[in-house]
Amino acid sequence: MRLLQALAGLGSGLLFGAGLAVGGMTDPAKVLAFLDLGRAWDPSLAFVMIGALALAAPAFALTRRTHKPLLAVAFAPAAAGGVDRTLLVGAAVFGVGWGLSGYCPGPALASLSRPSWGLVAFLAAMVAGLLASARVARMLSGREDG
Amino acid sequence: MSISDAFTPVEGLVGGALIGASVWVLLFGLGRVAGVSGILSMALRPSTPGAERPWRLAFLVGLVLGPVAVGAVWGRAPIQPSTTSWILLIVAGAIVGLGTGLANGCTSGHGVCGVARLSPRSLAATGVFMAAGFLTATVFRHLLGF
Repeated sequence: MRLLQALAGLGSGLLFGAGLAVGGMTDPAKVLAFLDLGRAWDPSLAFVMIGALALAAPAFALTRRTHKPLLAVAFAPAAAGGVDRTLLVGAAVFGVGWGLSGYCPGPALASLSRPSWGLVAFLAAMVAGLLASARVARMLSGREDG
Repeated sequence: MSISDAFTPVEGLVGGALIGASVWVLLFGLGRVAGVSGILSMALRPSTPGAERPWRLAFLVGLVLGPVAVGAVWGRAPIQPSTTSWILLIVAGAIVGLGTGLANGCTSGHGVCGVARLSPRSLAATGVFMAAGFLTATVFRHLLGF
């Protein structure tokens, strides 16, 4: 069972990485040409989103009529809670980093087979930020209570 | 504003569809959402139960190998190095990690999967990180010339 789960994970990751590569998302300059509205605009990223949503939306709709996934006991529930400060602050902070570099987590990791010092520095800092985020989240939600 | 010559709508849609297929495999295989920052974070945290780690590590391996397969089949180099200075990449990486950790998701988890199921949290997060990304890239990279 665990081997099959790992194979499903591998297959999903391969498709994801291949999709990013075909869509041009493993070229940070292309991502920045989408986000930078001041020069010749490259709307390709929007088409990647449209292509992904066209398949993902019916998948989630179908889970409501599906008893359980093939290799697990149940579908994992969606994150609880509503739109709170931690979510909005996090999304804004992430967007700034994305706009500075042209990298979000998927494309940065998917570029590892062609490593550069800049990419490795980005990924190391990203992992550090990700691991530190739980502590920062507690600070933010603490202020929300008080 | 003009449309860039580098605009690739067909590759964008095909790449997006591959990402959508990746969402299907993970959802109907394991009942999980294909969110890269969450998968990475859970793969790295020591507190993650042993049975929860292998499929995540396998996904990350697939994510790295996907673009390699595309390069071999397609005869193009899909991965392009960043031209951004490594100091800026460290700053960007840290805040991408922190932000996606706080927001509990990135472009894949919120932007594709969350939007696909019309989650209010994901719709809010995606609106905020897209706005922050556009604003940062346009002001910082274009107007300030970084």
